[in-house]
Order: sequence, then C-alpha cells, then structure tokens
Amino acid sequence: MIIGTAKESYRADEALLTTKPQRVWMAIFLAFLVIVPFSVNDYWLYMVCLMTINVVAATGLNILTGFTGQVSLGQAAFMAVGAYTVAWMERDLGTPFLVNLVGAGLAAAALGIVVGIPSLRVKGLYLAIATIAASFILHFVFVHWESVTGGNTGINVAPARIPGMELTTYFQLYWVIMPVTIIMVVAAANIFRTRIGRAFIAIRDRDISAEVLGIPLLQYKLMSFAIASFYAGVAGGMWAYFFRVVTPESFPFMMSIFLLAAIIVGGMGTILGGVVGAVFMTITPELLRFVVEWVSPWVPNAGTLLSPVRTIVFGGLIIGFLVFEPQGLAEIIQRVRRFFRLWPFRT
Amino acid sequence: MRMSDAAALKVAGVTLSFGGVKALRDVSFEAKAGSITAVIGPNGAGKTSVFNCISGFYRPSSGQVLLDGQDISALRPPRRAALGIARSFQNIALFRGMTVLDNIKLGRHAHMKTNLLQAMLYSGAAAREEEALRRDVEERIIDFLEIDHIRNMPVSVLSYGLQKRVELARALAMQPRILLLDEPVAGMNREETEDMARFILDVKEEWGVTILMVEHDMGLIMDISDHVTVLNFGEVIAEGLPAEVQADPHVAEAYLGSGDPAALMKRLHEEAEH
Repeated sequence: MIIGTAKESYRADEALLTTKPQRVWMAIFLAFLVIVPFSVNDYWLYMVCLMTINVVAATGLNILTGFTGQVSLGQAAFMAVGAYTVAWMERDLGTPFLVNLVGAGLAAAALGIVVGIPSLRVKGLYLAIATIAASFILHFVFVHWESVTGGNTGINVAPARIPGMELTTYFQLYWVIMPVTIIMVVAAANIFRTRIGRAFIAIRDRDISAEVLGIPLLQYKLMSFAIASFYAGVAGGMWAYFFRVVTPESFPFMMSIFLLAAIIVGGMGTILGGVVGAVFMTITPELLRFVVEWVSPWVPNAGTLLSPVRTIVFGGLIIGFLVFEPQGLAEIIQRVRRFFRLWPFRT
Repeated sequence: MRMSDAAALKVAGVTLSFGGVKALRDVSFEAKAGSITAVIGPNGAGKTSVFNCISGFYRPSSGQVLLDGQDISALRPPRRAALGIARSFQNIALFRGMTVLDNIKLGRHAHMKTNLLQAMLYSGAAAREEEALRRDVEERIIDFLEIDHIRNMPVSVLSYGLQKRVELARALAMQPRILLLDEPVAGMNREETEDMARFILDVKEEWGVTILMVEHDMGLIMDISDHVTVLNFGEVIAEGLPAEVQADPHVAEAYLGSGDPAALMKRLHEEAEH
C-alpha cells in the first residue's frame, strides 16, 4: 500500500515514473525485454519484432489522433513512405542504416505536414476522408514512380549493416528494433510532460480556448501530423529492414485501420494505450490460432470450421472492448494499479 | 518571476457587423491601467462581442483595439495572448480531460520556450522550465486562489464555483497585463461570489493587473469596479463611476423600459436575492 507520494521537490513530482513500484516494475520489464531474444524461438521473435514495429506506428498515431484529436487513416501510407525511403537510400545512396531510419522518419514527416494542411479547416470524419485520399494518392505514386519505387514488383532492401556485420536474423534485428522503439516511446511520453504535449491536448479538448491561451492552432496541428508521420516513417523503415522487400501492397489501407483500432482498444490519449493496443492487436490473432490448434483434435473439420471463428472472435473482442472498456486496455491497467495501491486495506 | 505590469486597453470606435446586423456600433471606452472596469448592459447588448473583438475572435469592420497605445486589431488571438491579454469565458472553457494543475499550466504556454526536440529528450532546459513553472503555479497561483486541495483532480468533477476559480487561475498563469472576465460570478452562491470578489480585488492590487469584466451582479459591480461602461443594442449609452451610472435614467430605461433608477436598483436587488 502506498500512503501518499511525499515528494520533496517539484522535479521529483514531474518525473516520468513517480512511485517506487512503478520504477521497480519498469526495471523488471526492461530486464524481461533483454531476456526475450535468448529464450524464445524464431517464430516468436518474429512476432515480437513485428509487434514492436507496430508499437512505434501506433504510438505515433496516438499522438495525432488520441492526444491531438485529428483523426487520421493515413498512418500506413506514411509507413510505406518510410519503407521506400529506406529502400531507396540503401540502393542509391548506401548510407548507414541509422541515417536511413532517420531519413525515413523525416521524409514521412515532411509529407505528413503537407497532408495535415487541410486539418485547420476540416475536422473529424472529413479529415479522416482527406487522409484516406492522401493514402490513395501515395499508393498511386508508389505504383507509378518506377525509377524510385520499382513499381508493382517493388524494391529489394539490402540488410542493415554495422561495421563488420550484416543484420539479417531476427535475433540481430531485435537489438536494433527494440532499443529504437523504447527510445521513441519514451520520447513520446516526454512530449506530454512539456508545453507541447499540453498544447496538443488543449487542441483536442477545446480548440477555441486553446487559441486564447496563445496556442497557434495550425502550427501545432502540423507539428502533430509531422510527429505522427515521423513515427510511422521510422516504423516503416524498420519494417523494410525486417522484411527486406517493399511493394505497394506491403502497407495496405487495412493497416491504417488496424492501427486506429489498436489505439482505440489500447486507450486513446495515453502512451501506455498505444503500446498495449499494438501488442494486443498483433498478438491476439496468433494466440487464437493456437487455441484453434489445441481444440482441433476434438472438432472434426477444425481447419475449415475454426479459422473463420478465429476472425469472428477477434472482431468480437474488439467490439467488446469498445462497449465495456471504452477507455481501453490502459484503463484496466490503471484500475489494477489503483487497486493495489490501497490493498490490502481496501479491496 | 517578473511581476506583470498593468496595461491600458482602449477600444476606439469599434463597429462589428454580421451580415446586415450591427452587433456593435462605434463602441469606444477605455480600461485604465491598474483599474477595474465593468461592462454592463441587458442581454444581447454586445458585451461578449466586445470581448471577442478584444481577444481576437471577431475582426471589427471598423475601429481599433489599442493595448498601451499599440494597435492590436490585426493580430491573431495567440499573438494577443502573448502580449498579455488573458480571458475567462462566460460558460467555462476549461479542458475537461485534464487535471486542474495541467489546465493552469497551459496558461503559461505562450511564455515558454521548450521546442519539440527538447521536449522529446526532456532535456535540461525543458526540465528546468517545467520545474520553474510548477513552482510558480504552486506557490503563487494555487496558493493564492486556495485551490491546493483539488490540484490533481480532473476539472470535470469540480463544482461550478471551483471551475470558475480554476479558469481564473489559468488566466493568471498567462502572466496577464489585462484580464477579461466574462461573468466571473454568474451562477455562484453568495459565499462563492464574495470569494471571487476578493480574488478579483487582490489580482488588481497584488498582481497589478488591469481588469475588464462583464457582469450582471450589480452589487458586485458597485462594490469593486472603478469605472462602468453601459452597452445597449451595441452602443455605449452611459459611462462613469459606478454611482453615476446607477443614477443615470438612460441606464434604468435600458434595463426596465422606464427611466426610474430607484426601480432599477430594487429590481436588481431582487434578482441578486434569487
């Protein structure tokens, strides 16, 4: 039980993790992330890497949609921009892979600013449609700008290299993808400790009074678009190094909806929400597949019968969350925390 | 932390029309530095429109708004905020999803310097700025307005009176040189009204901020304002000391339709009782 948070300085109170249990759990979690690649097989490592890439993209979208209130269905297109940028830089420039990842983020951010321009005038569903339009325009570009993108056949990506080694196995890539993800999630959390994050939330909650408080709307909306696209770009860049080939179909429009669903299920407007949402959405279909495999000996025709059931259960889970836990998975975690705060004196 | 220095605000010949309807006609008045000026008038007289012209939501079709002699008519609302014009709204405009503390912190936005890169790294400069802000908000504003017990609550759970107080706190965090209060005590009970009156006076005296307020509570206006401007149908129909305005038959007529100041006072006192 925690009686109170007796902080002696304002700085301590402004820290990212304010209580000792929080810090302990975070240390345990980080230790767990170090152990993971040594203790799971290649298949699960593949899943973990994919999950981690999705965490980056979802966190970016959460900054834009969850925190700033600008609905976007273009996140996958920005991932594609990042992936193509990495592919193109590897092929034509041969720059080091960390430079390429930053380049992927910046290229996506630049496009994100352009796509964000209508956001000063259009809101909600209208903005969502505008971002859909942008993704289809980008898809068209990927197919037809063959000298850069390789058209429909796509473009192969050379493996990421550090001096003396090529990063080709999932194990090796994990040590790039995971640290980058941790840095980006922490950076996202940091934004919301400062005036910039507060300005985003102000725009989401009540943009008129945000303006009276001295927050220039257009500048901050574009900044939010740029950050979200930067995250998508880096995620797409890592994806390119992971799968080593990028085609126009690598990032289908469904992927944007997948990411939007991830932040809704996880919890809009909380950093934790973006993370757990992406993890849940990536891992649940796989877990359900295992469930189907386990029960198949007892059910005749399991293969044909149960695979649609898997999709239905997955859909049902999402709807269940929307109905029973509209604040998302992050809220469940907060509730558990509050419970143990007073445990065992109040249960 | 710099003590804000009061600014003088001048509204000079402002006319505002929406299509064919003139919301304001050639409105001129002045809020002297370090004073409390009240704008009163019946519903629909254009009081909030004046405020919207000052804070920059409406662009008057003619006339000027001058802050310390400088014409600010062409500036966007965020620029005006940075110059020291703070405002509270008639129907509270707090950010409901945020805590009291975060709402107040937002007020300082325009005076802070942290850029995106510093924010993402939470660099030394960003941390120091946040810490200084927290200290200032806690020790000057939250203490002063006696809202320390609610600082970590989301504003949506607070009573109306407390929400009004948080809105004042947020306006004070803007380091205002002039504070526009749109019906600061509307809907408050007597005790809350007295608290608010005390805070408004203290803001003027201790913080040295010019105050311009729209209010219906005539008792409050008579008690604390230095100067009163009366609007009716978008025009200034009287101005002067509170007592002068109260005795002005034009004012009584605007409110009652008959020019009897005594009847006006009686009516307003009755309203205040309810």
